[in-house]
Amino acid sequence: MIKVRNAIKRFGAIEAVAGVDLDVADGECFGLLGPNGAGKTSLVRMIIGASPLTGGSIWVDGKDITMAAREIKSRLAVVPQEENLDPDLNVLENLTTFARYFDIPKADARRRALDLLELFELQGRQKAKVRELSGGMRRRLLIARSLINEPKLLILDEPTIGLDPQGKHLVWQRLLSMRQRGLTLLLCTQNMEEAGYLCDRLAIMNEGKIIDLGSPQELLGRHGGSQVLEARLRSDDRKSQVVLKLNQQGLEWQEVAGTFYMFEDGDQVLDDELRQEVAIVSQHVPTLEDVFLKLTGRSLRE
Amino acid sequence: MMGISHRSIRVWQRNRDVFFKLWKSEVPGFFAEPLLILLAMGLGLGAYISLDGSQSYIEFIAPGIVAAYAMFSASFECTYGSFIRMEYQKTYDAIITTPLSIEDVVAGEILWGTTRSLLTAFVVLVVIAAFGVVSSPWALLALPLAVLSGLMFASIALLYTSLAPSVYSFNYYYTLFITPMFFFSGVFFPLDGFPKIVQQLSWIAPLTPVANLTRAMISGELATGAWWGLAIIVGLTAVFFPLSVVIMRRRLLR
Repeated sequence: MIKVRNAIKRFGAIEAVAGVDLDVADGECFGLLGPNGAGKTSLVRMIIGASPLTGGSIWVDGKDITMAAREIKSRLAVVPQEENLDPDLNVLENLTTFARYFDIPKADARRRALDLLELFELQGRQKAKVRELSGGMRRRLLIARSLINEPKLLILDEPTIGLDPQGKHLVWQRLLSMRQRGLTLLLCTQNMEEAGYLCDRLAIMNEGKIIDLGSPQELLGRHGGSQVLEARLRSDDRKSQVVLKLNQQGLEWQEVAGTFYMFEDGDQVLDDELRQEVAIVSQHVPTLEDVFLKLTGRSLRE
Repeated sequence: MMGISHRSIRVWQRNRDVFFKLWKSEVPGFFAEPLLILLAMGLGLGAYISLDGSQSYIEFIAPGIVAAYAMFSASFECTYGSFIRMEYQKTYDAIITTPLSIEDVVAGEILWGTTRSLLTAFVVLVVIAAFGVVSSPWALLALPLAVLSGLMFASIALLYTSLAPSVYSFNYYYTLFITPMFFFSGVFFPLDGFPKIVQQLSWIAPLTPVANLTRAMISGELATGAWWGLAIIVGLTAVFFPLSVVIMRRRLLR
């Protein structure tokens, strides 16, 4: 559905996307993970044709995005992170006006709009103004609006940000049922629970590049190890000895502001000697979040 | 232009729908201001003014009011109106994820600004006709002229919008461009009183040919119009329309 080859995006001296290759299969739910500024949004903007490529090529549904933008966009849907519903129109009009941009006939548009309002549990709010809706309803309306053209490819940027747990699960259920109907999903998210729950495959981006790619289980297997220990040193004076010992044992570790994160795997476990040196704050089975932080670093990005 | 298609009409339709929804809040602006100006300047001030020939002062300014308010409509629509849609409501960002191109959006916005110019010209024409200052059926020609001038003013306004860093930037547009034209383009007094050089300079202002021709049409004395002014109107449109498309493209496609 999506084929990206050596995509590059530069803004002046800054290289936001630094040569990305990506293939998303038909009917797949693909997740794009990465810290702020990793280049996810720039990559997505190129895929939807809202940002010209500095280099490389992108095909959507077999068509070159620079040659067939209109055709591609007619079967594409985008749910932006920043809500852009039309505040001058009511709920139903938001959908029917959007349908008109796709040349969908009036009666058809109305039928589809009503179906979508029902699917996203907004049927009682047809005449409401956008600003009268809660944040959760607005987000559901935004997703409903994106589906008005019966897209083949749905691109979502943080679709559940700011939603309460009920709203989040409603959106996830709807997205899963869309996928079952054959829709391809490309999901940008920083919510690891969401990524693990929805996505068949994930790509982790950092500094404009994809640094690893695979199913959630593959990524966990590759980088998670068997257990994550979070610990503090008993004495800061012993830091260099501890670091030396950790490296000798081949244990993977990261240090952020005095806290050590250590990834145990197979033989690589904390021996008694090391356990004397540290106070373990927590230990748990690795999650996608651990993998994410391990691959992209724990320090703040911006 | 490369990317303009029939779909630009979709943007026009969206703006039309919103306009007729909010129609009630637009009515005062439509009638009240031109009406007040006609009363204050035409009847009030006009009582102290005598012009060459048999023309009364209100007869002189009425066509200028048609031209000027049509200009205001197109300008407001494509400055504040467009800027709010583009920058605050992110309406353009939403539309360009559909099969519409940025060129379609720009063309649709300018077409709508043009329509506002035509609507205003029509309403003000009706108002001045009620004052009995429309003396010829040729006055109806002021409507197609309002389409041409609307296209020009909407294009100029949207170019400025595509460059405007913030909504406050429009203060300059109105104080340095629109308001001076309102006073120095032959709306309220003939340009003949100015020194030759000022007279010639005032023809740089795009409202001057519009006011001049509107007056010739509404008075029915077509021969008094400076018809070469049409070339200025069409020429400026031919420059500013494509320019606003190109600059808007640069602003939105990053």
